[in-house]
Amino acid sequence: MIDRPMADATILRTVVRFMVPFIQLFGLYTYAHGESSPGGGFQGGVIIAASFVLLALVNGWRYGRDAAPESTSDLLAPAGVLVYGLTGFGALLFGGAFLEYAAYVDQTDPHAVHLAHHLGLVSIELGVTLTVSAAMVTLYFEMARPDDAPAASPPPGGGPADV
Amino acid sequence: MLDALILAILVLLAVAAVKERDLLGATAITGVYSLMMALLWVRMNAVDVAYTEAAVGAGISTVLMLAALARVGRQERPPRADAPRAPLPMPLLACLLTGAALVYGTLDMPRVGDPGAPANIHPDLVIRFLASADRADGSLGEVGPLNTVTSVLGDYRGYDTLGETTVIFTAALCVSLLLRHAPRAPSPAASMPASADVVTAPRRRRRGGTP
Repeated sequence: MIDRPMADATILRTVVRFMVPFIQLFGLYTYAHGESSPGGGFQGGVIIAASFVLLALVNGWRYGRDAAPESTSDLLAPAGVLVYGLTGFGALLFGGAFLEYAAYVDQTDPHAVHLAHHLGLVSIELGVTLTVSAAMVTLYFEMARPDDAPAASPPPGGGPADV
Repeated sequence: MLDALILAILVLLAVAAVKERDLLGATAITGVYSLMMALLWVRMNAVDVAYTEAAVGAGISTVLMLAALARVGRQERPPRADAPRAPLPMPLLACLLTGAALVYGTLDMPRVGDPGAPANIHPDLVIRFLASADRADGSLGEVGPLNTVTSVLGDYRGYDTLGETTVIFTAALCVSLLLRHAPRAPSPAASMPASADVVTAPRRRRRGGTP
C-alpha cells in the first residue's frame, strides 16, 4: 500500500529518516560539482526529489508531503525556470546575446570571462536543480495521493463537489 | 566479454518485461533493465548518462510506475481468445529491421576511445576543451568546466537546456492540474471485482451516493 506508513517496520523507518539528510547532501554535491565531475542540476534535482519519495514510501504519504509541502514545491518549480531565464535575459541587459555569460564582465580579461562562465553555469544549474526536484516531487505526490487526502486549496472556480 | 554479458542480460530482461503479466513484476524488471543500462554507460565512459539513467530510469520512473499501478491494479488483462492474429510476428520484424538499420548506421563510427577519432584530433574541439594546464601556451581554454558534458549542456547548448527545464516544469504543471482536484475514486482494492485478472479503471464516485 502506497499511502499507508509501514507502521511495523521500525528499523526501516528509523534508518530512512537518518539517511534522508545524507541523500539530500549528496544531491547538492551532485549539483555543485556538476561542472567538474559527472552530475549536474538534473541529476542532483532527481536525487533530492528521491529522498522525499523515499520518506513518503516508508513513512506514508502525509509524512512525506509534510516534509515537502505542496506550497513549497509549487513555488520552486517555476522559480527554477525563472532563475534560468533571468540569467539569460540579464546578459541581454549587458549588451550580450541570450545566455552569453561573458557579457556580464569585461571581455578583454580572460580570467573574468572564465569566472563569468563559471558563475553562469552555477546559476543555470541552480535553476535546473530547483525545477527538477520540485517537479519530480509534484509528479510523485500527485500520482500517489491517497483518496482521503485533503486538498490543500479549494478547487479553482468552485470545481466539482467531491462529497 | 563483460559487455556481451550485460547485453545478453538486457535482452533477457526485455523479453521478461514483455512476457510478465504481473505489472508489479514487470515494473521491477524495467527498473533492473535501467540499472543494467547504467552499467553499460559506465563501461562506455558516459558517466553523466549513467548517472541520469540510474537516478531517473531505475529510480524515479520506477516509483512513478508503482504509484500509477496502485491506482489501476496490477494484473494485465489476458489476451482475448478471439482476438485476430497477424500472420507474421510484425512487431518482431519491425524491431529487427529497425535494429539492423541502427547497427548499419554505427558501422561508420570510430571505435570507442579511438585516439584518432575526429572528436579527439579536430583542432577546434581540442583547443576548446583542453584545460589550461594542458595547453602549450598556458592560456585558458575557451570554456571553463572540466566536465565536457556540462560545458556542452550549459554553455554551448544553454538554450536547449532551458527548453528541457521548461518541459519538466510543464509536466509537473499538467499533472497538478489534472490530478490535484480530480474527484477521488474508491481505492483500487475496493473497486476490483472478485476475479483479479480483470483490470478496472478507477470509477468516479457518484455525487451524493453512498460513500
